[in-house]
Amino acid sequence: MYASMQVAAFVVTPFSGYVYPNETVVPWGVLIVVYPYITGLVAGAFIVSSLYHTFRMESFKPVARLALLSALAFLSFAPVALLSHLGHPERSLEAIWTAHWTSAFAAFAYVAGFYAILLVLEIWFAFRVDIVAMSQTAKGAAGRLYRLLTLGSSDVSERALAYDRKWTKVLAAVGIAAAAGLHGYVGFVFGSLKSREWWSSDLMPIIFILSAVVSGVAVLLLVYVVSSKVRRAVIDERCMTGLARVLWAFLLVTMVVEALEYVEMIYRSIEGIAMVELLIAGPIRTGLAIQVVCSVVPFLIVTVLLARDVRGKALIGWMSFTAVLLMSAVLAMRWNVVIGGQELSKTAKGILTYTPPIWGREGVVWASTVLCGSFVFLWALARLLPPWEPVQMSE
Amino acid sequence: MSNCKLIKDQAGRRSFISLLGKMCATTAVCSGVGTVALESLPAAATPTPAKPEFPAAGPVPEYDWTKHRWAFGVDATRCIGCLRCVEACKVENKVPLNSQDFRTWVERYVYLEGEDKPRVDSQSDPVNIAAADSPQDYRFSNRYRNEKVTKGFFVPKLCNHCENPPCVQVCPVGATYKTPDGVVLIDEKYCIGCRYCVQACPYGARYFNEETQTTDKCTWCYHRITKGLKPACVDVCPVQARIFGDLNDPSSDISVFIRTHRISVLKPWTGNGPHVFYNGIDGEVT
Repeated sequence: MYASMQVAAFVVTPFSGYVYPNETVVPWGVLIVVYPYITGLVAGAFIVSSLYHTFRMESFKPVARLALLSALAFLSFAPVALLSHLGHPERSLEAIWTAHWTSAFAAFAYVAGFYAILLVLEIWFAFRVDIVAMSQTAKGAAGRLYRLLTLGSSDVSERALAYDRKWTKVLAAVGIAAAAGLHGYVGFVFGSLKSREWWSSDLMPIIFILSAVVSGVAVLLLVYVVSSKVRRAVIDERCMTGLARVLWAFLLVTMVVEALEYVEMIYRSIEGIAMVELLIAGPIRTGLAIQVVCSVVPFLIVTVLLARDVRGKALIGWMSFTAVLLMSAVLAMRWNVVIGGQELSKTAKGILTYTPPIWGREGVVWASTVLCGSFVFLWALARLLPPWEPVQMSE
Repeated sequence: MSNCKLIKDQAGRRSFISLLGKMCATTAVCSGVGTVALESLPAAATPTPAKPEFPAAGPVPEYDWTKHRWAFGVDATRCIGCLRCVEACKVENKVPLNSQDFRTWVERYVYLEGEDKPRVDSQSDPVNIAAADSPQDYRFSNRYRNEKVTKGFFVPKLCNHCENPPCVQVCPVGATYKTPDGVVLIDEKYCIGCRYCVQACPYGARYFNEETQTTDKCTWCYHRITKGLKPACVDVCPVQARIFGDLNDPSSDISVFIRTHRISVLKPWTGNGPHVFYNGIDGEVT
């Protein structure tokens, strides 16, 4: 009787073997899955933008400014996931004012803050000429807003534009390091913990950076295709091929490093490996299958597309399909790391099986809302600062 | 006064910082005079000398936290698994009366004939929960009564109050901290509830308190030990399986226990330097 009351009153994660009593409540839920996922989208999108702004890879020009807005939209929502996870979000600023510097979490506000400033600055330089133009044509409140956004700088002479380009280039270059740092740091949050065998790995920051680029390029490709379809604009094939090449290279390295991580863990076979094998065969089986299939299949598709120099609608269709699969693969990877790590007991004698709640702060609905929120914000940003290049419209 | 209340009222980081400020001011004004506070400041011949940033007057009035070095002992050969300690701790420290939040718990290791690995459970095992009469009671069910048991023992567990606590390392705001007398505390007025410390503790000693929305864990009943009492779990143990005392005192229970037993600590490879010393456990205990 009492046992059934307990089950009804408290959400206790089912387990097998032996787990510490306090472990039966999983501390980090889906919000902490979404947090590194969104942060990863920032890093990936930004790096594509930098390939154009710093290295002048012309094929990425059509998405360069869209990538900047995407990075800002995602960066704005990463803290939402973190803040809504906190027990006392109203105290979160203490992590800035009185940061405890030995904590990886304490660095988040500073790393993300620095990155946000850099991103906003770069966006301003990259869009300044458009802002000036719109401040002169827009009427009413919109006009006032754009005039405000010019920050009093309406000089669009060739000399001024060259100055803008120079700053965009510098900021984009610094931004590559910042993007890698931001996401490498997220990997460090997990990899630096010696308490969990599943997380404690030197490869963790590297895997996070690499998979971040894959998911970021994929989301950018998808946003570009969808927005072009909505606007009835022609999709630049050269850009699609360029994105396919970047995806292919990063995906290849990501898969190799992730495979090495697993092989090394199993090969070392230290105490508790039996539980690791149970985890792989049990609670994260589906997540791992999604991660592997949605990585290998896209890799094969992109390889064929590039090898056969596929163009036209086939290229766009297959790449969009690939992008969806890859975004799923990276989301599954985040789940497998964050939740999988907690499903493997610290006792090395037991396994938990976590099922996220649907509703509530740590529920799937709210986590999905945060994720979708970043796309809605991107839509709003793109309305405010249209990132589209003057391309021909489709028939 | 409960631990939570004590930490809330007295051990707050802000009050500590302001105290530090007052100390500095006192030192500046009274330099050369030799104040009482200054005399007792870096205190003493402790095994790990108190850090100079700690004033003698800690969060508890009339208690000099630079004069003590607390440690805990567990004699697993004595424990009978009665779980009085778990119940006493729950009541003493206002730990939620459920089956997943504990400041201390007891594990049971049972080796059955023909098996080389122990079967392990705690009072939180569903079978044991079913055997309990009410939320206030915890029991080990007699589930092995029809088995041939070759070896069996109980192991009380609690926060290890480590020398190098990883939970303190990862706290983004410094809400959890180590006192000069060797106790790891949490300022519940400062904790932001991120649960990074829960992840970092390799012993599963921390839980997230849904009522306060902050992390909680064993404080060795800091509100009691600073008044000369023993932790509640030590007081209620009928077989003296739990030992507590001051390492600075060679005749204390803990000093004698450590001197007279071959002791070990849990997960020494972490480099955390636990301060809960065990006698009578085997390598399967993690």
